[in-house]
Amino acid sequence: MENYLNLFIRSVFLENMVFAYFIGMCSYLAVSKSVKTASGLGIAVIFVQTITVPANYLLEKYLLKDGALKWLGEGYADIDLSFLSFILFIAVIAAMVQLVEMIVEKFAPTLYISLGIFLPLIAVNCAILAGSLFMQQKEFINIGEATVYGIGSGSGWCLAIISIAAIREKLRYSNIPAPLRGLGISFIITGLMGLAFMGFMGIKL
Amino acid sequence: MIETEGIFSKKNLRLLTNPLSNANPITVLVLGICSALAVTSQLKPAVVMSVSVTIVTAFSNLIISMIRNTIPNRIRIIVQLVVVATLVILVDQVLKAFLYDVSKQLTVFVGLIITNCILMGRLEAFALGNKPWPSFLDGIGNGAGYGLILVTIAFFRELLGSGSLWGYKLIPQEWYIENGGWYANNGMMILPPMALIIVGVIIWIQRSKKTELIED
Repeated sequence: MENYLNLFIRSVFLENMVFAYFIGMCSYLAVSKSVKTASGLGIAVIFVQTITVPANYLLEKYLLKDGALKWLGEGYADIDLSFLSFILFIAVIAAMVQLVEMIVEKFAPTLYISLGIFLPLIAVNCAILAGSLFMQQKEFINIGEATVYGIGSGSGWCLAIISIAAIREKLRYSNIPAPLRGLGISFIITGLMGLAFMGFMGIKL
Repeated sequence: MIETEGIFSKKNLRLLTNPLSNANPITVLVLGICSALAVTSQLKPAVVMSVSVTIVTAFSNLIISMIRNTIPNRIRIIVQLVVVATLVILVDQVLKAFLYDVSKQLTVFVGLIITNCILMGRLEAFALGNKPWPSFLDGIGNGAGYGLILVTIAFFRELLGSGSLWGYKLIPQEWYIENGGWYANNGMMILPPMALIIVGVIIWIQRSKKTELIED
């Protein structure tokens, strides 16, 4: 249990997708003009991340990893399909996003309306693919860890986009030098937030 | 179109040069920042990354543009992802074979070229509506525009952060404090947040020169 909590805190604060790896920056900058839309996208990312990371973990463990096909029989034990991981991960993500979209539309119409166009866009959000690729790199020992990592990295991204959106709402009333308005100041503020997040590095886990 | 205007006509050349400044994918269109910043603490991975992105953008633009009339509109994203993912696998395998150390440094960021917004952006905005040759040029132009920013950031980060360029030490060893000199590397330049601040400053400089790009 403690192990899972550590992993969660590490993936939210210490290895924050945005501040430590700059992942998902495109939508982070494009959709952070108001807190409302930002939190919609953030929640959608947590949602999809929680589903795709464990799904890709299973794929990695039983199909792609070196020797993963051993369960089919001894003859398959030395097959290494890891070069296929990019294409299969992205296919799983695109399929899962479609599936999640349909399920949410059927069973939670209000959530579907509030997530709106963000759900389909998530298929090409770098944060989702990055979650799966980091999962592959970290070599988690069981699916529980992979799920926790999915939730954690999604929450970290959500936290980041909501905080920058809140700051940008306030920035509208500040007197910023004209060439720096909009994009420029967002970059610099993200940098400063990143420096602040580095303070979490001191936490012993 | 190609019969009436030369292969390197003015219009086609503009496709190449426009993304370098006025329509730069990173500083103006805000595309492809995800991978742009993480690989720029040194010059070498930044250059390798730029070349990889340029190759993938150019060829995926070319391929999608060639088959653009046969792709059903509803499944075009999946088709694009498959084409891009295949190209990225090729690039990744080549990097692993010939530049193993750089490929280790780039870690997941080679894979993330698949979801690089420059690719999807250019495929959607240009390749689906244009002939193969202009699309190819547009891909190269955008890749180069991306590379230009990457190399600039990496230049400053490596020079000020490690005192070297492309791995060669430029600052004489006797200048350093530990050797009795007066100089110390600015360790902050190596940290991830500095990349963001440098991009912010680049945007600032670019927009003060070209006032038509200022927002609001």
